[in-house]
This record gives sequence, C-alpha cells and structure tokens, in this order.
Amino acid sequence: MNGGTNGMLEIRNLHVAVDGKPILNGIDLTVGAGEVHAIMGPNGSGKSTLAYVLAGRPGYEVTAGSVLYDGRDLLAMSPEERARNGVFLAFQYPVEIPGVGTTSFLKSAVNAVRRHRGLPEFDAMEFLKLVREKRGLLKIEDEMLRRSLNVGFSGGEKKRNEILQMALLEPRLAVLDETDSGLDIDALRIVADGINALRGPERAMLLITHYQRLLDYVQPDRVHVLAGGRISRSGGKDLALQLEKDGYAEVAA
Amino acid sequence: MSAEPIRPLPYAERFAAVAAGLPGRSLPWLAELRAESIARVTALGLPTPRLERWKYTNLNPLLATDFVPAPGGGQSLGSAAPSGLLPAERTAHRLVFVNGALRRDLSRIGALPAGVALVGFAEALTDDPEGLASLLTPTAGTEDDALVALNTAFMADGCVLRLGRGVALDEPIELLFIGAPNGAAVAFHPRNLIVADPGSRATVVETHVGMGSGVYWSHPVCGVTIGDGAVLTHLKLLDDGPRAFHIARTDVRVAARGRYDSFVLTTGGAVSRDEIAVALDGEDAECRLTGGYLARGRQHVDNTTEIVHAKPRTVSREVYKGVLDDRARGVFQGRIVVAEDAQKSDGHQLNKTLLLSDHAEIDSKPQLEIYADDVKCSHGATAGELEEDALFYLRSRGIAESAARRLLIEAFLGDVIETVADAGAQAALARRVGAWLGGPDGGRAP
Repeated sequence: MNGGTNGMLEIRNLHVAVDGKPILNGIDLTVGAGEVHAIMGPNGSGKSTLAYVLAGRPGYEVTAGSVLYDGRDLLAMSPEERARNGVFLAFQYPVEIPGVGTTSFLKSAVNAVRRHRGLPEFDAMEFLKLVREKRGLLKIEDEMLRRSLNVGFSGGEKKRNEILQMALLEPRLAVLDETDSGLDIDALRIVADGINALRGPERAMLLITHYQRLLDYVQPDRVHVLAGGRISRSGGKDLALQLEKDGYAEVAA
Repeated sequence: MSAEPIRPLPYAERFAAVAAGLPGRSLPWLAELRAESIARVTALGLPTPRLERWKYTNLNPLLATDFVPAPGGGQSLGSAAPSGLLPAERTAHRLVFVNGALRRDLSRIGALPAGVALVGFAEALTDDPEGLASLLTPTAGTEDDALVALNTAFMADGCVLRLGRGVALDEPIELLFIGAPNGAAVAFHPRNLIVADPGSRATVVETHVGMGSGVYWSHPVCGVTIGDGAVLTHLKLLDDGPRAFHIARTDVRVAARGRYDSFVLTTGGAVSRDEIAVALDGEDAECRLTGGYLARGRQHVDNTTEIVHAKPRTVSREVYKGVLDDRARGVFQGRIVVAEDAQKSDGHQLNKTLLLSDHAEIDSKPQLEIYADDVKCSHGATAGELEEDALFYLRSRGIAESAARRLLIEAFLGDVIETVADAGAQAALARRVGAWLGGPDGGRAP
C-alpha cells in the first residue's frame, strides 16, 4: 500500500511513444514525500511528455516500464482518478474554455475531490471563503474568477490560476510543467511564492523547467537532466547552476 | 421544378370530408381560399428532396402514416397535462392548444393593456372575419409552398395577437401547443397571426410538447407583421413527442426601425423542420435569429431560414448551435438576400455543431445572395467533436469524464441560451438543456 517515504512516486524504466515515435526511453526516478525535484532539459528532451504521462493525457502509449504512486499502478488510473488521489499537473499551456466560468470550474473540481475523500461538498458561500483564503498572495481578483476559464487571461494570469488550483486541490504529488515560462520577474516571484507556500512534508513536487531561474526562488532537493528521453545526470541544486553556466550540451552529454 | 414528379399527399384527400366542419364555413371568401389551397396542394404534391429547399429533409415518412385531421373539442388531459416553458407565476397570459384546438378551459388571459387583442383564430373568424381576411393574404414567395397551402386549407385554430400603436406588453404571452394523439395519428394545422403596430413591443413564448409517445403531425404556420419601430421577441421550444412530426413555417415582415428577435430551441420530435422567413422591409429594420438544437437516436432536426434585406441599413444577426449524438441528423440552411437598393446593410450568420458520435451528421448550407455593393455580410459554419484538450484539462482536475463532457456541451450552447433576455425563460431553457444532457444517454458519445 505505502511505498515508504522515499517512494511516493516510483518511475521504473518508463518508455513512452507518441504516434509510434519513441519519446521517453527508460526513465528511472523516485520522488519521496516532502521532496522537490527539478527536471531540466533542452527542448524536445521529453519533459512535457513525462508530465502528461503522469497526469494521464490520452494519446501517450506506454511501451514499457511502470509508474507507482503510493505503491499503486498510476498508469492504470483515469486522469480524474489520479487527480482525486492527489496528483496535480500545472499545465504549461492552460486550456482556454469559453463558456465555463472559472469559479464554477474551480468549485466542480474541489467538490469532485472532496466527494472522493468522503468530505461534504462546499456550497457557493463556503467555496468563496475557501478561494479568498487560498488565493493568498497570488493576486487573483474576483473579476478574474468571473471570466470564462483562462479565456482572455494573460500568460501570468494563467499560471497564477494554475497555482490557485493547486492550492485549492491540495495535491500530494504536484507536477509543474514549465510554470515559469513566459513570466516576467514579478510574475515569476508571485508564482514561486505560491509554490513555496505549498511545500510540505506530505507533498512531493516535480518542477519541469528549461531554465534555472525558477530554481533561484524554489530550491530543489534534487536536479535531474533529461536528454534523449532518459535521465542523463542527477545531482543536487548546484547541478542547475552548472547547467546554466555550461549549457546542456556540455553537462548532459 | 418543371419535370418534378408529383408526390401526392393522401392526407389532402381527407379535406373534402372535413371541410364542412372547419370554422368560418359560412364565409365565401374563406371557402374559396381553402378550395384554392387544397387544389394547390394536389397540384404541387409534397415537397421532394429534388427541391433545393428540401434537399436535406425527406418528408417520405409523412406519406407512410395515415394521418387524420385532429378533431376539435375537449378531450381530457388528466393530471399529467404538460406545463409550458415559463414558471407558473409568469403565465399571466397563456393560451393552451390541444391537438391544435384552443382550450379556453385550460387557458388564461389576464388584464391586457388597451390596444391589445389576444383571441383564438376560430374566435376571430366569428367575431372579426374581415379583419382576419387581410392577414391571410399569402406572403410573397409562399404561393408555391404546398405545405403552407395545406395549412391554409385545414387551418382550424391558432392565436391572433394584435398590438396597438405604441403599446408595450410587460408580461410575455405564452402559447402552449400540446400534441395528444389518442390512438389515431392526428394532424393539426394551427395558424398564428401576430400584428405589432408601430412602436409596440411584446414577447411571445411558444412551447410545443407531446403527451405520450404516439404519432402526430404538428404543422403550424405563423404570420408576423412588425410595424415601424415595433419590437417582437418570439421564443420557441420545440419539445414534441418522440414520434412526432413538427413542420413549422413563420413568415415575418419588419417595417422601418422595427425588430424581430427569434429564439428556437429544438429538443423533441422524430422529424422537425422550423422554417423562418424574414423580410426586412423598411430602413434600419433588424432581426436576430438564434437557435439551438439537441438531437439523439435517429432524430432529424432542420432549421431553415431566409432573411431578405430589402431596404437600406437593415441588420441581421443569426446564430444557430446544435449538439447531435447517436445517428441524429441536423440540417441548417441559411439564405441571406441583400437586394440591390439595400445599401449599408449588415448581415452575419453562424452555424456551429458539436457531433458527439461518428454517426451523427449535419448538413450546413449558407447561401448569400448579395445584389448591393456597399454591404457587410459574412457567414461561418463549423462542425466538430468536443475538444480533447479541454476534456483532459477538466478531467485532470478530478472532474469525471461524463461531467466534463456535460460542462463543455453546456458551455457550447451557453452563448445562444444567454441571448434570451427574459430571465425566467432563459433559466427554463437552460434547465431543458440540462435535462436533455442528463437523459438516457447522458449526452455522451457511445
């Protein structure tokens, strides 16, 4: 049942193909509760594929290997089951959905997860109170919550909205896919503060990023370099600095 | 049309037997009009798919059923009588028709402002036949329409609404048409007439429902005349029984600065066709035609519209959106004509369809005919499945696939439902959409 503190997420020899083309070629990775791991790598190295496979996006074919989450077969679960069991993906490109109000979407999501956990659903008032509490420093105004989901949101607003969702859903395993991309320094700081506020002993995080700069604000416990669909190197947070200085070609080779 | 083989409609032969029992039989002009009309039906036959306007909707199933004209009079509906679209507290004025016949015992007409007359068609034939005669002149272009002629021959009842100059009606007028076939496959041919004199304003809410699952043919024809600066809002819910045929035609003439706003939501019926023809016949006249359609199983739903911009600076806005599941088939035909002297006119048309099944089908046909040179006119049509990215995004937040689909479908239809200004009617339409989505198939693809 329990994979132990060192093994909330255990990825073993994971091979994934998209449209018959291999993208991931044998990933091995263990992330324990309370840990923050960074996955870095050049464009096309398979970072986003890894994020999507963990969240269960259709269209990704696992050709070999396994993923255990709390000792359970993650790959056998539907995307909604994963979410209800505490897996969260912050999207690199949050999807715009005209006609679905941001607030009603957030409420549906929170209540779906609460139902699964055997908790009573929130009514509109209780939910509003929760949002006001969770949005904390994210600078999310009521006006933004009244709009259609992600429609007309700036890049920064979309990323803040993702972090708000993470705060509301309180996942155990958060995968953040290039959450820093497209943000100016102020927005980056807001998002990083949001991430740091959610760090905790029961929560594991996987930060997927191309650049080291997010890691100036969110200090990882481990850094892994993804290249050619494999983890080519792992190390402490200094590895990120080395990558920034010497480039992927030098370090990951 | 020349070498078109005639498809005779056996039903037309029943005219002789019922003619003597139709209202207004003592009026020579009406007897003549009915006789001419039935002769036209016989000469033209039922429209075939070879006619361009009927290319996508085949009326053969109508020929396969032995329809009988619905008898007038009062059959009991029992306690299961369906309600209309509007909540009970909003039904200040409601006319209820059972198999096309006005039922005063089920209807209610509250206090109407001076200048407003709301009566049944049969009553109007008795009380003011000459006034009615002028309204029955066939609309240009419908002389060769066999179905309009059939309605004229058989028309027995309906609603006649006259709004005097400058009068504004606050409460909507609700027309509830109940198809209640009692063993036999009944056909009924309501004729509704609405005249809005200059500067008047009103909302008419029309609900068509069926009781039980018997076969019937609801065949209303509606004539709308909108005077200078008058505004008519016309909402329709077509929620007929599962084996019903609903073939409707509405002809509208809008004078200068007048406006016709139509909303049609189709959820019921085996075969339905809602045809609306609007003539923007005065400067700055406007119309907004909005529609939604939800169909599953083997339902066939046809929305055919024609807007003629006859005068300068006329404006039309048209949006129809639908959701088709299983083997349902949808048809959207939108003809927009901008006449030579209708300069500075502005027309926009959009048709979007969500296909929830590989076997569902939409035939979408825009048809723009522009004879003026200084106009804005555009159209668009799309058909597609639910967006996988959106579905995954919702599911990745713990929302079940079925609930996520439902959210996306409701969102898709949301912008047409939201055009309904009357809050009570809008909420009722949204509830109808929700109920459809929660139906046996849950709005899901197989």
